[in-house]
Amino acid sequence: MPEPRTIPWWRDRRVVPWLVQGGVALVVLVVIALLLGNLVRNLTAAGLLLSWRWLGQPASFDVAESLIPFDAAMPYWRALLVGLVNSLRAILIGLVGATLLGTAVGMAAYSGNGLVRRLGRVYVEVIRNIPLLLQLLFWYFVVFLSFRNGTEALQLPGIVLAKSGLYLAWFAEGWRWQGPALVNGVWQAPWRFSVEFAALLTGLITYTGAFVAEVVRGGIAAVPRGQWEAATSLGLHWGASMRTVVLPQALPVIIPGLNSQYISLAKNSALAVAVGYADLYSVAETTLNQTGRALEVFLLLLGAYLVIDLLISLVMNGLNQLVQIRER
Amino acid sequence: MPRLRRLLFASPLLLALAIGGCADEGGGGGVQSEKMETIRSRGKLVCGVDGKLPGFSFLGPDGSYSGLDADTCRAVAAALFGDPSKVEYRDLNSSERFAALASGEVDMLARNTTMTLSRDSAGGNGLSFGPTTFYDGQGVMAPVASGIKSLKDLAGKPICVESGTTTELNLADRMREQAIPYTPLKFQTGDQTYAAYLGGRCVAVTSDRSQLAAKRSSFPDPAAHLLLPDVMSKEPLTPASVNGDPAWSDAIRWTVFALFQAEELGITKANVAAKLAEAKANTNQADLRRFLGVEGDFGKQLGLPADFVVKVVGAVGNYGEIFERNVGTGSPLKLERAENRQWNKGGLIYSPPFR
Repeated sequence: MPEPRTIPWWRDRRVVPWLVQGGVALVVLVVIALLLGNLVRNLTAAGLLLSWRWLGQPASFDVAESLIPFDAAMPYWRALLVGLVNSLRAILIGLVGATLLGTAVGMAAYSGNGLVRRLGRVYVEVIRNIPLLLQLLFWYFVVFLSFRNGTEALQLPGIVLAKSGLYLAWFAEGWRWQGPALVNGVWQAPWRFSVEFAALLTGLITYTGAFVAEVVRGGIAAVPRGQWEAATSLGLHWGASMRTVVLPQALPVIIPGLNSQYISLAKNSALAVAVGYADLYSVAETTLNQTGRALEVFLLLLGAYLVIDLLISLVMNGLNQLVQIRER
Repeated sequence: MPRLRRLLFASPLLLALAIGGCADEGGGGGVQSEKMETIRSRGKLVCGVDGKLPGFSFLGPDGSYSGLDADTCRAVAAALFGDPSKVEYRDLNSSERFAALASGEVDMLARNTTMTLSRDSAGGNGLSFGPTTFYDGQGVMAPVASGIKSLKDLAGKPICVESGTTTELNLADRMREQAIPYTPLKFQTGDQTYAAYLGGRCVAVTSDRSQLAAKRSSFPDPAAHLLLPDVMSKEPLTPASVNGDPAWSDAIRWTVFALFQAEELGITKANVAAKLAEAKANTNQADLRRFLGVEGDFGKQLGLPADFVVKVVGAVGNYGEIFERNVGTGSPLKLERAENRQWNKGGLIYSPPFR
């Protein structure tokens, strides 16, 4: 029996991969440790080591609009929470609005009506090629601030657009439908949005809607043409074939694409500060300038947006699992 | 295994990168200031200003900056280099300014910044403030047509304010004191704040009175806007540098004091050369000789040229000249000297002795 050729350990296929993995892990750990050590050393030298006590101190500033009770005597964490709630409100309504608008425009690309098709195209091309910040400033300073107050406000059935805000009809007490009404020269309505919020939402919805429309259009394009023809030959009209045959099959393609659009909407909501809306970033900025705790405030901001985006991702991935076509 | 070899070859490189990235502890510069060394070797002073505030720092159509704050930058550049043009201005909004200073992006701030405890203290923003160059107070401006005459008339109304300013906080404090409900609309930049005010979104805008006067001078119809008589706070507008380089802070401090002292001694941009000749000729004028650097070593003690006062005053004039030129009654802002008179004329401008 020939003696088996001994392989030196540094060429042993069972050992080398482990060594390489270990070596790389060691290098990564050393790099991280050095960077962290450096950070802590420099922060200590600058007297800026992380501290969270300030969160409990009174904020002593006001926030323009708030869904939860807030006044200047409440602590910083409460102010930041108000900002977070305001951000979430803009993000949630924005998501719904952008989805509705985007789906409608995306479907319009397959409309039999040439005018509708081309209008959809123009909308998408104009909106997605202009920076969002510019659009927000346009909506706020040019559109919403040009409305007038009092009797000169723009009045539509159930909706009043004034410089002081956007007023919507809704059910008042006892399920009584109540429209906006002018009381002593000031508009009153069951639902009131500030123009800042309205401008932000309009900007976010139209901007993200254009991208959602493209995702939806792509999803519909991925459905084989034969499905359309089959639906039509069954006697279904355009709307019914879209709703019952094509769109359900397009969803597995659409949902992953929507995920990233939703996430960018959530991140873009931080541009609210440009139009004076008191979102999380706006409140955090005031907090930063009062406390000087730049690092902590930014860590909170980063954490908050990360969590929001991860949550959106989680929901969308769950949704994705639901709509995947089960192959047998 | 070429892959492995490549990796093994690369790992020392990676390590070297990691270690090299940490070697940032600079050696101490001895008596000299590290910051001043940096500025000298760069060949120009980087000065953080507002850039959009007429009378304080304003970028003119010819690309040059004018104003009281811009002249403070120029004075410091003249003290360092003997040349007031060696300044690079950096426009900063009120939220950016402290981060820009702390990160070293700018060497100093002359950006109508109010000196406060939390901004000065090491546990707060950690700035080092120089002498106050403009004593101001917070005011409120409203359209004349609105009929608003005092803070009480603002109850329940939206008020525009720039975020990250002391005015934002004073507004909250004053309104709380008087139990007046209001809605603060906060914007990130002055441009947006005043655009929203002019757009009619808020019935009033609040800021330092000098800033309101400055912005009003650039409105389409300045006479249609009224500065309310209420003064809501003390706003000492003060140049600042970062804490931790005392020599650099001292250089800024005494450059500004030199502007004050020059006015007190009647030394102007026009007569500084004559005064210097006078000081050189007359050995009995010890105060003047020391101040202008003919004798003594004040410049050297500060790490500046011996004749820095001559260079500074020759470049920008004394404090009184700077004030009149930029914000005084002869300028579009038409502000009275008021608290900003010399101490011996009933004001707060006071230079400690050059001794």
